Parts: sequence; structure tokens; C-alpha cells
Amino acid sequence: MTGGYALALEHIARRFGRVQALHDASLLVRPGTVHALRGENGAGKTTLLRIAFGLLRPDAGVVQVAGHPVILASPADAMRLGIGMVHQHFSAVPTMTVAENVALGNHGLYRAMEARSRVTEIAERVGFTLDPDARAGDLSIAAQQRLEIVKALARGARTLILDEPTAVLPPLDANELLAVLRHFADEGGAVVLITHKLPEALSAADDVTVLRRGRTVLAAQASATDVEALARAMIGGAPPPTLRPRPNLPGDVVLSAHELVLRDSRGAARVKGATLQVREREIVGLAGVDGAGQHELLLALAGRLAPISGTLHAPAAVGFVPEDRQRDALVLDFSLVENVALRGAGRAWGRLPWRSIRARTAALLEHYDIRVPQLDVPAAALSGGNQQKLILARELDGDPPPTALIVENPTRGLDIAGTASVHERLVAARDAGAAVVMYSSDLDEVLAIADRLIVMFDGLAHDVPLDRGAVGRAMLGLT
Amino acid sequence: MRADHPPRRIVGTLAGVAAATVVVCASLALLWLALLLAGLDATRALAALWNGSFGSGYALTSSTLVRATPLILTGLAVAVAFRAGVWNIGADGQLLIGAAAAAAVGLAWGGALGPAAIPLALAIGTLGGAAWAGIAAVLRTRFGVLEVISTIMLNFIALNLVGYLVRGPLQEPTHAYPQSSEIPTDMHLPAIVSGTRLHWGFVVAVAAAVALWWGLRSTAAGFRVRAVGANAEAARIAGQIDVPRTTTHVLLLSGALAGLAGAIELTGVTFALYENISPGYGYTAIAVALLAGLDSLGVIATGILFGALEAGALSMQREAAVPAVVVTVVEAALVLLLLALTRWRGGSTAILARFAGTNSAAPEDVS
Repeated sequence: MTGGYALALEHIARRFGRVQALHDASLLVRPGTVHALRGENGAGKTTLLRIAFGLLRPDAGVVQVAGHPVILASPADAMRLGIGMVHQHFSAVPTMTVAENVALGNHGLYRAMEARSRVTEIAERVGFTLDPDARAGDLSIAAQQRLEIVKALARGARTLILDEPTAVLPPLDANELLAVLRHFADEGGAVVLITHKLPEALSAADDVTVLRRGRTVLAAQASATDVEALARAMIGGAPPPTLRPRPNLPGDVVLSAHELVLRDSRGAARVKGATLQVREREIVGLAGVDGAGQHELLLALAGRLAPISGTLHAPAAVGFVPEDRQRDALVLDFSLVENVALRGAGRAWGRLPWRSIRARTAALLEHYDIRVPQLDVPAAALSGGNQQKLILARELDGDPPPTALIVENPTRGLDIAGTASVHERLVAARDAGAAVVMYSSDLDEVLAIADRLIVMFDGLAHDVPLDRGAVGRAMLGLT
Repeated sequence: MRADHPPRRIVGTLAGVAAATVVVCASLALLWLALLLAGLDATRALAALWNGSFGSGYALTSSTLVRATPLILTGLAVAVAFRAGVWNIGADGQLLIGAAAAAAVGLAWGGALGPAAIPLALAIGTLGGAAWAGIAAVLRTRFGVLEVISTIMLNFIALNLVGYLVRGPLQEPTHAYPQSSEIPTDMHLPAIVSGTRLHWGFVVAVAAAVALWWGLRSTAAGFRVRAVGANAEAARIAGQIDVPRTTTHVLLLSGALAGLAGAIELTGVTFALYENISPGYGYTAIAVALLAGLDSLGVIATGILFGALEAGALSMQREAAVPAVVVTVVEAALVLLLLALTRWRGGSTAILARFAGTNSAAPEDVS
């Protein structure tokens, strides 16, 4: 029966040391379809696709391409069989042009004209534009992604694997990408798409496969299932209740900024006279297009960036969850205990009370349901979701609890259950009296939990009603 | 071991000791092979190396440990700096300035100080080394000059400065030799065991290593040093640590340790200031620190090892007619093998891995 599949992975098992990443996972991709692969963090999606692309070998199970059992020893094998992969992190050489990047890895002579026309031809075929002479490093994220797709197609890919391609794109670009993939499938190709967004999975895909804890728990046509059934399959129970803003009674002003001017790390003025106040017992949502100044504003409110001018009143110890957790929030080589000790390390004196920090770490892991074999593993050993939980635990669960909490994209890379638990924690912190400022590049997330909204546009802060249309207009400066 | 000792550290330490042992044996084997190829009596040479270093109580105390003392202190200076990601290559210059400062004090007022002479000489040497490193610290924080450049340059300035002092203001009265007069005997470090040359400076060096080990591990300031070295961005943003302030303090501490080494060498071994009072201790210190995995207690062991190599080399030259400089082959082989091993093991120590060119980023997510 597998004769008709463009790519078939059946009963795949794979173990990493003590972790059984895949028990019995199957993925059957029909030619001419877009196939969505879903699952919580750690369900085994990435492992399965790495096996499909020859980056990993399965311990058990069968891989078939176009009906023939194959052994994929390397990505070169996979590419030869027409499987192409677009990774979450792009792999273009930034100083080379688009055409040069596409030709990279070819054999024989490099003919500039030929390489350029090849890029143009492939781009036209799938229905987007890509300048073959642009330097890869100058491309927008969306264009970099297009380059990755062209690279795969130039190697003759008939099956395209994309790992969370829309996570990095603004909505318009994401829609365009999905249209391109649809077009590619209509022409007879096959697409495998990892996506965290449930509605996207249903609207863009023909088939859906759901993994949970290394097993395929659902494989169905998209038209035959719905959001609820998918969510239930993924988390193995009823979907978490959606949060509704509760009536709240804001108290005294905790954070206040007046005519704040801030520069970014390169010295460019990003915030140009923002004025705002945040009271206890409220969640202020922050929205803005990239570079509108929200990042610098959050750093300043958290006491991590000194203002150029203006006044800023903030409590001494603010809980802060930065956007880039591996760069700004964790020391990956340090143990979990040492990472917990990091909070407040700039002000500590004398001996550090390691024994109590250790006890506190154990308690945080327990309360926040972070499962690790022992406290002394380095933070690098944790999955992205667990790293984020550890940071939240450290910042939210201070002693005494922080009076102000600044969080920047706190659920980035988390699955549904993880996201819901972060939202619950933020609401609980608010109800306990904290002033919370939350920025998320996902507008729906901001709207779901904010009590009040501030939109950053061109370095200024604007109060905007909690309304999708109004926020969207304010982000673009159309008031 | 206290309860708050992470077991990972113990395992890591054992693996480190095993790696260092392998590297040392392999380097000695290489030396043996090289001597054999050169047509020399390799076995006799290695026996002489042993006799001159660990072979007798006298060799151990009067040669090996005496030579190990400045290597341990400068090794600590390098190790603490590297732990913070501060590339202090200037321990040699800081040592020279420490020795010169102690000599100046000793020659000016040494006789009148009585029992305060030794503590004062060591304190002045320590301050001198710190001040010399402080120049690099100011250049770094004020003007963004990389300390890896400035500290090397300051080595040459220090060397020439000492050269000037021993031919000018501090030269011995006959003006015949480029060296100072001897400092007063009040300022000579006493021997630990009479009849040997082993002086109390060795105890000071070991105490400094233990203190540094404890400080890095247990105190908030030590934790800041380690955090800044492991991830300066996270230290600044998550830990609210003042990174420039921390690196400045580390550079001053590093210079102080090297300066102390200079003052101890002067008051314990040479008793007079010479232009070549340091045969490159501050450079060998980099190998000492790296072989110890930048661990302060490990520096005691590797400092003694390098002290033994240099002590044994002289006896090798005397007894087997093998030039003493061949031990530099062993020293270089040690460092190269260690870096290769670090890379092969996938980089257990982030800073060492940086030297070996291993990317110690997060492992792949197994999702």
C-alpha cells in the first residue's frame, strides 16, 4: 500500500542515550499534498524529520521513497532521492549572492549567467520573486527562506520538508509562503510542514499527522478533523481552557516612565520620548512592529538599560524574561543551581548560600514541572521549553515575589501546554499584586492576556483599546 | 566534600586529572622518541630528568618546588583571568614590575623596617603587579584596547624598564654588572626546612591557590567572575552584573598575583634585581593554567610539574649532555596534546574549548 507515497516512514524508533525520542512513529506523505506534522515540544517531530533527511539513522523502522525502501546515510542520499529540507535556522553564506548560494555544492564550472537564470526560473515556477544578485546577508527573513526553498528545488527536490517555516514570518509573508507550498504540491510535489499553529495546520494542509511522546497518535485528512480533535491528540486530554481577562483592580503605580529616550546597542535612538505608567495588579500588553522601540523600552523598565534622558521609576528587583534565552538569560555551561543563582548576582556579597540556592532550585523544578534527571546537569542539557520554564521560575518566584515583571516573547518555542502554563503564571503573578509588562510578537497572545495595551510606534508609546483592528492600525502608525 | 558540591564537578575533575596524566605521559614519550631519533642516550636522559626533579628530597625541595613557586602564582594569575574571559598574556611583565617594586623598597628602606620588611616587600610587589595590569584595564575600559594586545606590549615595556633600573637608579654601587645590590637580609624569605632552599613563598603560593579556589567557588564575587567568563551577556542581563567592573577587578587581581610572584622570587631566590629575573615564567604560566583546566587547585599540581621539568632539564644537561631547552619541547607538546584532547572530548571546559576551536553551544534539541 505504500507504493503511492512520496515519502513513507513506518514504525520508526530512535533513542538518544537514555531518552527514547521515538517509539513507533509513522508518517505517510502522499504526492501532491501538503502534510502537517504536529506535536508538543519533545514529541519527536524534529527527530523524525531528521531521519527523513538522512541526518539521523533510525534504530528500527522502514523509510521508503516513492515506494522503494531506502537507507539514508546522509543528507546527500536524501537529496539524491529528491528530498529537500528547509531548516529553522537558515544556512546561506551571507557574503555570497543568491545565485552563488544556490550554485554552492554543484560540481564543475560556475557559470554566473546560468546560475542566475536558474534562480529566476525556479522562483517563477513556484510563484515568488527572488533577486539572484542580492547578497544573502542583505535579504529579509522571508527572502532568506525563499532562498532556502530555491536551494532545495535546484537540487531536484520533489519532497520539501520545512521545520516551522511560518514561526519567523509576519502574517502576510506566512500566507504567501503557504500559497507557494500549495502551488508546489498542486504541481505534483509533496510538502511536510512542522507547525505550532493549529488553525494553520488545518487550513493549509491536506493531511495531518500528530505525534505524542514518540508515537503517531493521529493520522487523518485535514478535512476529517478539527482544532479540538488535534489539540486533544497532541496533549492527550481536553484542551486547556482559554484565558479570559478577569476584572481587575489596578493599585498604585509601580513602573513609570516620562519622556524616556533610549538608544540601542548600536547607538541609534529607538525610544524617543515614551511616557507610560504600569500599576500593580495589571498586565500591560506591549505591541509593535520589529524595531519600534519595544525591546529597548522593556530593557529599560527592567533596569538593564540606562536612559539617555527622561525619568524612570522602577523597583530595584524586577523580574525579567528576555527574548533570547540562550544568550541573555542562561549560562548554558552552568548547572541549573548556578543559573538560579544568577538572579541578583550583581548585587550579592560575601559567600553565596549554595545550600539554600540548591534547595530553592529543587523547589522551582518541582513547582514548575521541569523534569530533569538531577540538579547538576548544565542548562544546555534542557530542551528549549524546559529552559524557558526554568527562567520563568527563577524570575517569577523570587523571594519576596517581584513587584514588577517584564517579559519579552515569554512563550516563544513553547507548545500549547507550556504556553498555557506561562499565561497562568503571569495571571497569577498579576493577581498576587505584580505589575506585569508583556511583549509578544504574536498579537493574539497579547490580546488574550493583557488588561490594557500600549503600542510602540516610531519610538513613542500609545495607549490603544484592546481591539485587534485598532492595534493593527496603531502598529502601522495609522491613528 | 560538602553537601553542596555538585557531583558533576567531581566526575569532571577526575576526567581532567586522567586527561592531564595521559597528556603528561604522552609528552614524555615524545621526548624519549625525539632523543632517540637524535641519537642520544634517551633512557639516561630521562633518568637524569627524574633524578633532578623528584629523585631525591633535596632535588624536590631545593629545585622543583622552588621553581614551581613563581609558576604556581603566575599560573593562578592566568587562570583567574581566563576564567573571566580576560586574556591576560602579561603575567611576565607584571611579575617583573612586582620584583622591581619590592627591590626598590628593599634597597631604599630595607634595613630600617625590621620584621615588617617581608610583608611590606610582598605587599608592594603585589600592588606593583596590579598597577601594571591596571594600565591594561584602563586601556580596555576607556579606549576599548584589547587586553590580549596591551598586556603583551606591556611585557616588553616592563622588561626594558627593569633593564633601565639595573643599569641606572638601582644598579649596584660598582656599576660593573647590570643588577642591583642585594636586599637586606631582614627581607630574605626564611627557609621552611633549614638546609634546603625551599622558602615560605611556596606556602604563600599554595595558600593563594586554595584561597582563589574557595573564592571562585563559594563567593558572590567569584561567581560573577565565572558568569562573566561563561556568558557575559547573560551575566549582564539576567545577573545584572557590571561586566566592565568585573573584568577590571579580575585584571587587577591577576596582576597582583603575578606581582606577588615577582616579589617572592626576589625575596626568596635571587635577593637582587636582575634583568632576566624571569626566564619567561609568565608565558609558561599560560601552559600551567591551561593544563590545569583553569582550576586553581589544579594549578598547584601543574605548577609543580612544570617546576620539575625545568629543574630536571638542568640535571639532564649536566648528567646526559642533553641541552636543557629540550624541555620546552615537552612543554609545547603538553599544551598541544591537551588542546587536541579537549577538542576530541567535545570540550568539557568552555574556555579551553574556545582555545581548541570547539563550539560549546547547546546540544541539539532531541525533539
